[in-house]
Amino acid sequence: MSSTRGVMIFAEQTGGVVHPVANELLGKGREIADTLGVELSAVLCGHCMEQEAQELIYRGADNVYLFDNEALASFDIMNYRANIVALVEETKPDIFLLGATPIGRSLGPRLAAALNTGLTADCTSLEVDDEGHLVQIRPAFSGNILAHIKTETRPQMATVRYKIMQSLPRDVERQGHIVRPSLTIGEPLARLSKVPTDVEKQIGVSEAEVIVCGGRGLKKPEDLVMLKELADALGGVVGCSKPLVDSGWMDKEHLVGFSGNTVRPRVYFAVGVSGSSQHLIGMRTSERIIAINSDPTADIFQVADYSIVGDLYEIVPRLTAALRESRERDRTAGSVCS
Amino acid sequence: MNRIVVAVKQVPDMERVKFDTVAGRVDRSSAPGVVNPVDLHALEAAMRIRDDHGGEVVAISMGPQQAESALKECLARGADRVVLLADKAFAGADTWATSYTLASAIKKLGGCDLVVCGEKTVDGDTGQVGPETAEWLGIPHVNYVREIVSVDGRLKALCDMSDGLYLAEVTLPALITVTRKAHRPRYATPQRIYAAVDASIEKWGAAELADVATSDNFGLRGSPTRLTRVVVPPVEGRKGEWIRGAPDEVVATLLAKLETGGIL
Repeated sequence: MSSTRGVMIFAEQTGGVVHPVANELLGKGREIADTLGVELSAVLCGHCMEQEAQELIYRGADNVYLFDNEALASFDIMNYRANIVALVEETKPDIFLLGATPIGRSLGPRLAAALNTGLTADCTSLEVDDEGHLVQIRPAFSGNILAHIKTETRPQMATVRYKIMQSLPRDVERQGHIVRPSLTIGEPLARLSKVPTDVEKQIGVSEAEVIVCGGRGLKKPEDLVMLKELADALGGVVGCSKPLVDSGWMDKEHLVGFSGNTVRPRVYFAVGVSGSSQHLIGMRTSERIIAINSDPTADIFQVADYSIVGDLYEIVPRLTAALRESRERDRTAGSVCS
Repeated sequence: MNRIVVAVKQVPDMERVKFDTVAGRVDRSSAPGVVNPVDLHALEAAMRIRDDHGGEVVAISMGPQQAESALKECLARGADRVVLLADKAFAGADTWATSYTLASAIKKLGGCDLVVCGEKTVDGDTGQVGPETAEWLGIPHVNYVREIVSVDGRLKALCDMSDGLYLAEVTLPALITVTRKAHRPRYATPQRIYAAVDASIEKWGAAELADVATSDNFGLRGSPTRLTRVVVPPVEGRKGEWIRGAPDEVVATLLAKLETGGIL
């Protein structure tokens, strides 16, 4: 096994499919490894995943350490942990990155404690300073500040938020090695099995691409239907601000704000939301923000891209109708062409 | 069940706390401290297991003296015993040193059958302390538990992973972290509140943990990570465009902007 200190990433898989965050980690990892002049490795635990290991090379890895065993086919915290700790102790990478996914967030802390090293959660940016140390940058207090963190021990470990880093294009000319280290397999102490559900997992506000958020400007709970219709026309979900949870109109899981969900959708509609600081903190990093409010001095307008002062009861139904119409038009146009 | 430990943290009340956007930090004096909300779900999960299977529920917290009030709330809600880990030596700890200290306290208690933690705290927001504590204790863990199904030597629970719902079966002793979907916290009874107000809280410092821990690992000194800089990002360049007119005009203008901007 190579003893080169380098950059190592954890490539997680579920059901034999590698999570796309692995390619993003390889993209960023390649950049860091090239800056430092070291090798980039990936570690993959699974069963019969030679082809997937090869794909990781096409995406930037110099080495892929493949732990191949039936017992590793699905996530097994203790067996994953034992093998990866042994690998890190032997290969001594300087940097070890994981995706900030449920699996990465479960495994990362255990590895860090076992390896007596630090771990920074949920990084959105990674840099290398002049001395070659990894600067781990993470938003804290819902993105109100960016904390720069360095690790005094090795490896420098971080979980990295999904959909932030850039993957490299797949390059089948890229050469690399697949290494199969020796395995340790113990009794599965924590077994996970997927629960088959008829219903698709409902997209929640924290994952939605489009959110229509209602606030105190709504007069009665039935009016939420109007927001649901707008959300449906946009392919999004309905969220709400604190007053609607307090009055029992919606469950807390739909709450957008510091005490509820921090969201970052592509498009955020704030409908009748005044914009308390607690609310703004939870949504202000959305890509595009559209605010509809009857009060021109409402704080929500301070973070909006498009500000509409008006009666939401006049605007929302018209917007929904116009969106449906435009979709209908596209469909008809499509059918003419085909 | 002999003992179930719940690890809780006192955090600022996020509904009321003010942000110093210039210095880039929360002004902790602007709001009272409360129990990290999801930790109450952890406490509830632990108490339900105790109610069905016996044993004691011990809530532990690392924090300043004021964190006593968080533990008093745990007593009022039904914890059997609480221990505050308070010492200047514990201050400035990152997740590595925090989990080391919590795990040391659990060892000092004489171990336990189950540790229950909240998924993460609203202030630190890392979600790392639970799994790191499990590692120090050398026990398996399961994250994101939304419901405990059964307990009998093994614990079965439903947990939310990114691709859906999973059934976890974990051998005890173990650690679980729960989400806000798990077990709605019960209210404190007036009798318990009165009792908790007057309760004297057991406090342990570095000296009490000396036989189970190395003091070099506590607090800032033991922490492998360092916060080197805090940057307050400028509010991203917003277009800040006002769209005015009659409702129909407004809708037409907005739609045109969204479509040409490739937003929809």
